[in-house]
Amino acid sequence: MKKTIFLGALTVAGLTAGAAAAATLDDVKARGKLNCGVTTGLVGFAAPDSNGEWKGFDVAVCRAVAAAVLGDPTAVEFVPTTGKTRFTALASGEVDMLARNTTWTFTRDVDLKFEFTGINYYDGQGFMVPKDLGVSSAKELDGATVCIQTGTTTELNLADFFRKNNISYEPVPIETNAEGQQQYLAGACDTYTTDSSGLAATRAAFENPGDHVILPEIVSKEPLGPLVRHGDNEWGDVVRWTLNSLVAAEELGVTSANVEELASAAGDKPEVNRLLGTEGNLGEQLGLPADWAVKAIAANGNYGEIFEKNIGESTPIGLARGLNAQWTDGGLLYSPPFR
Amino acid sequence: MTTITDPQKQDGFRLSMLINDTRYRSLTFQGIALLALIVAIAYLGNNLMTNLRTAGLNISFEFLGTPAGYDINQTLIDYNSQSTNLRAAWVGVINTLLVAFLACATATIFGVIAGVLRLSPNWVVRKLMALYVEIFRNVPVLIWIIIIYTIVTVVLPGPRGYLGEDPEREMLLGMFAFTNRGVYVPAPISEAGSAVVVAVFIASVIGIFAYRRYATKLLYDTGKLLPVGWPSLAILIVPTVLVYYIMGQPISLDMPDPLANRFNLKGGLQIGAPLIALWFALSIYTGAFIAENVRAGILAVSKGQTEAAAALGLRPRRIMGLVILPQALRVIIPPLISNYLNITKNSSLAIAVGYADITATLGGITLNQTGRAIECVLLLMLFYLVISLLISAGMNVYNNAMKLKER
Amino acid sequence: MSDTHSESVAYVRESFIEEQPAPITAAGPFKWVKDNLFPTWLNGLLTIVALYIIYQLLAGFLPWFLGGVWTTGSLAECREVLQGEVGACFSVLTDRWHQLLFGFTYPSEFYWRPTLAFVLLFVALAPVLFFDLPRKMLIFTGLYPFIAFWLIWGGTIFAPLSALLGFVVGYLVYEKFVKSSFAAGFFGGIVAAIVIWTVGGWLIPENASENAMLTAVPSRDLGGFMLNMMLGITCVSLSLPLGIALALGRQSHLPLVKWICVVFIEFVRGVPLITLLFVANVMLAYFFPPGSGVDLFLRVVIMITMFASAYIAEVIRGGLAALPKGQYEAGDSLGLDYPQAMRLIILPQALKISIPGIVNVAVGLFKDTTLVSIISMFDLVGMIRGPILASTDWNGVYWELFLFASALFFVVCYGISQYSQWLERRLETDHR
Repeated sequence: MKKTIFLGALTVAGLTAGAAAAATLDDVKARGKLNCGVTTGLVGFAAPDSNGEWKGFDVAVCRAVAAAVLGDPTAVEFVPTTGKTRFTALASGEVDMLARNTTWTFTRDVDLKFEFTGINYYDGQGFMVPKDLGVSSAKELDGATVCIQTGTTTELNLADFFRKNNISYEPVPIETNAEGQQQYLAGACDTYTTDSSGLAATRAAFENPGDHVILPEIVSKEPLGPLVRHGDNEWGDVVRWTLNSLVAAEELGVTSANVEELASAAGDKPEVNRLLGTEGNLGEQLGLPADWAVKAIAANGNYGEIFEKNIGESTPIGLARGLNAQWTDGGLLYSPPFR
Repeated sequence: MTTITDPQKQDGFRLSMLINDTRYRSLTFQGIALLALIVAIAYLGNNLMTNLRTAGLNISFEFLGTPAGYDINQTLIDYNSQSTNLRAAWVGVINTLLVAFLACATATIFGVIAGVLRLSPNWVVRKLMALYVEIFRNVPVLIWIIIIYTIVTVVLPGPRGYLGEDPEREMLLGMFAFTNRGVYVPAPISEAGSAVVVAVFIASVIGIFAYRRYATKLLYDTGKLLPVGWPSLAILIVPTVLVYYIMGQPISLDMPDPLANRFNLKGGLQIGAPLIALWFALSIYTGAFIAENVRAGILAVSKGQTEAAAALGLRPRRIMGLVILPQALRVIIPPLISNYLNITKNSSLAIAVGYADITATLGGITLNQTGRAIECVLLLMLFYLVISLLISAGMNVYNNAMKLKER
Repeated sequence: MSDTHSESVAYVRESFIEEQPAPITAAGPFKWVKDNLFPTWLNGLLTIVALYIIYQLLAGFLPWFLGGVWTTGSLAECREVLQGEVGACFSVLTDRWHQLLFGFTYPSEFYWRPTLAFVLLFVALAPVLFFDLPRKMLIFTGLYPFIAFWLIWGGTIFAPLSALLGFVVGYLVYEKFVKSSFAAGFFGGIVAAIVIWTVGGWLIPENASENAMLTAVPSRDLGGFMLNMMLGITCVSLSLPLGIALALGRQSHLPLVKWICVVFIEFVRGVPLITLLFVANVMLAYFFPPGSGVDLFLRVVIMITMFASAYIAEVIRGGLAALPKGQYEAGDSLGLDYPQAMRLIILPQALKISIPGIVNVAVGLFKDTTLVSIISMFDLVGMIRGPILASTDWNGVYWELFLFASALFFVVCYGISQYSQWLERRLETDHR
């Protein structure tokens, strides 16, 4: 790889000219690495820890896909992207998939030609204000200065929300979550708005999280999910069903602790057997080894484990499952059947 | 590089003449260059087309006509989230021109002061100015923009201190408030008849120039010296003030109101913190460069000129005004204009502090929201290209006009 | 004065009077103060104002700077140590220096590699900067890019070796053919080099980097001040030959070549660097074949090099225009052809005149490398604005970090401009 980078520079890609665009799945296998687009840093979702290792909820999806395809959850190259660069990075093939709390919208799916492969987090836009401001509802924010990440759907929702309620505001556009946090703490804006999960993650990183409240209004639907390029359905299927396998695993009681044991021999639950490849040929249909889902689940655990480990109530971010509970528990997570 | 060669026998054209004959060689080279250009463009264009087709995208500027959907904090023209993306781009264009204009003006002031003081006989002042120039020239402008923005947002108090019936902070003179979101100043409100006042004011400014011309002419023709200082001042003030009262005081001031809102001051003119940071950083940074130009320009005028002028009996102020400056300006102005160009281009760093210039609206939010990266970046470059070509054209006109007319 | 020759005086002095010191108002520090600080009352006022400003600056800065805390692990701890006293929390620098210098993803066990590359940079630059050093050292300068590449990126040594081999073979071919025709030598050299690179590209196995002596580090792991330095040095050195070619092209008598160069130069100079970086970020990827592995770092290098070469071309064009026409005519009358005249007569002189301008462009470009922080690369400014200020530990430490960043840039840029002034004096070969 290194060699192609260097020589590519020297010969202006003369070496690789004419290389036809192959299917992403084959590319990833040939490369031995999955290129996964993530945020530049949002604690809990995707952020490098002090050793420079990427950790988080979105990162876990990347690792699961890498484990399913390559059998190795560490075979991931994380590409930090901003709101501006994420779609180009995906469209131009710089990354194979994007797991960057990206909202599934009509235009992104249809006009920008991307394929959302499912929803890994049901979110909604919220507002965070300092407690001493004494605001208890977003409708009281008439005339307030609002920090807002540009290039996100939240920017449009914000305009819609204030227009609908016929109140005014002054936007302070910022590029990254880190910047928004600084602006908000410096008092350059009265309120910071983004997905409520992001607000919780941001607040968790504050010195005194208790001084800030998240207002009760959720002003939009933000279904966040991984996405791939349009037109490569085999690859889209791989990502979609890897995500589904994590959700189904939780529903079926498969965890990282017992997945090896369950996969060692066919058990008495047919769907678990099909999922784990001890029965049927689902892996083969995807163009993956039979134990693809075993690897994916073993990488970080099932959906519930990933959630608890990264953003759940035991972490500083402390998000409740809410809408993101299994449908059997009254949430929206509902994996199509594995058969 | 045409060379006159011996007339050769015209025994037809040989292939080797393409390389060896100077008459044809230039054609050969240009042919090669053209071929290389076409191949390069075809290669890149083909890649672009292939990649776009694979991604299922197309090039289309229709997004310019669709509602932008986002709000902008500082606009000089009417704009709301239902306006089109094109309108948002216009807001950006006007904001770019505004900050560029403001920064050019103040940078010139900073630069001229620092440049002249660098030549001062005063040691402390000289060294202080050298320090200013070196520090600001050698640190990236982006860092300065961020530092000044941080100073504004972190050091200045929040607006809440100014709010309410009994505010913690007093506004300066009851009309100026300095907050971390910007500076609030009174805004003029024009009522019926204000146009007359403005017209009279402009007329008196023109009048001053006319009067000065007349005084100069009179001096050259008759040797009679008219006073210039106080009549100018009188022409500037008296008619405007008179008309202002005759028309019934049609211009009033809109003060920042601490009671209208619980979050921010309302009313008045708000100069946002991003604008201030960008304006001040660009002017103080470019001012350091202009200072060097000014210094070089003054030093470029040979000492003999000063001495000659002194020998003619001119007073020091006249020497500066009539002999040194006109000659120094010839040296100062071309780099000054290219510094103006730099300010305009550097104003694109607005995106680092969230000022809604063209890079932040068209190249930032619109690009992000529509995903039309190629179209937006092309339009953005086109805008800057037009601006810089206009400024270069202006510079050429000036250079031609100022060319030394040697005989 | 004296009346020693007067006969009316009985006493004749036989020795000189000792030299008397000038009156206190006309010499020494007093005179200096009077002449330099208080020549007129207006100037005196100015001095007092200036001194007051200096006092205010120092009074604000010194206690803060000297009272700095260097050893705490977070801002909260630092504030606790300071207990409300004025003082800086420089511990953010001691805590995060490696992130500021190398970025947050460069493996810490390999920090010695870029450091070594940085030290070697001085050895490589020395013969270029100071002409008195033995010319043989230039060989090391020629080798340096490959050594530095290998040190910083690691991976198989065969990649830089084959690149180097390409250059060497290209040069040998050029030397062989240049005697008959410059064009043959030039293009022959390029073709030979490309052949070597292509063959080398095939010969090196894909997985050669896996067990290499130096572990490979991907470009996106580069960051911090190292990234600024690398971008600055790479782009300036790449843009020099390009800039010379563009300048010659713009002076050319071939209308098509001239036209291409003019359009390129004016276009690049007409747009801000940030838009070119946007191109690198969001557009350029579409212009390469899919999967060509042209990553963001390389795309940024391409765009900044284009940017710098246009400016350098303008500087060199100025140098070319400043040469007296007689030099061109002298070349022609000696019977030199265009490449010979350029190589032997015109360019050496034109480049010499252009050096200060080139250094100015280089300094400006180095400063402009901070712009990559806007397109989400973690250079020094990007590190400060992103991971460090956003971390729970150091949220709110602005001035220490900005002071550090400004100081780093100041030292480098001021150093370069001082060198350029020294060089200008050194190169003054005309006798006035």
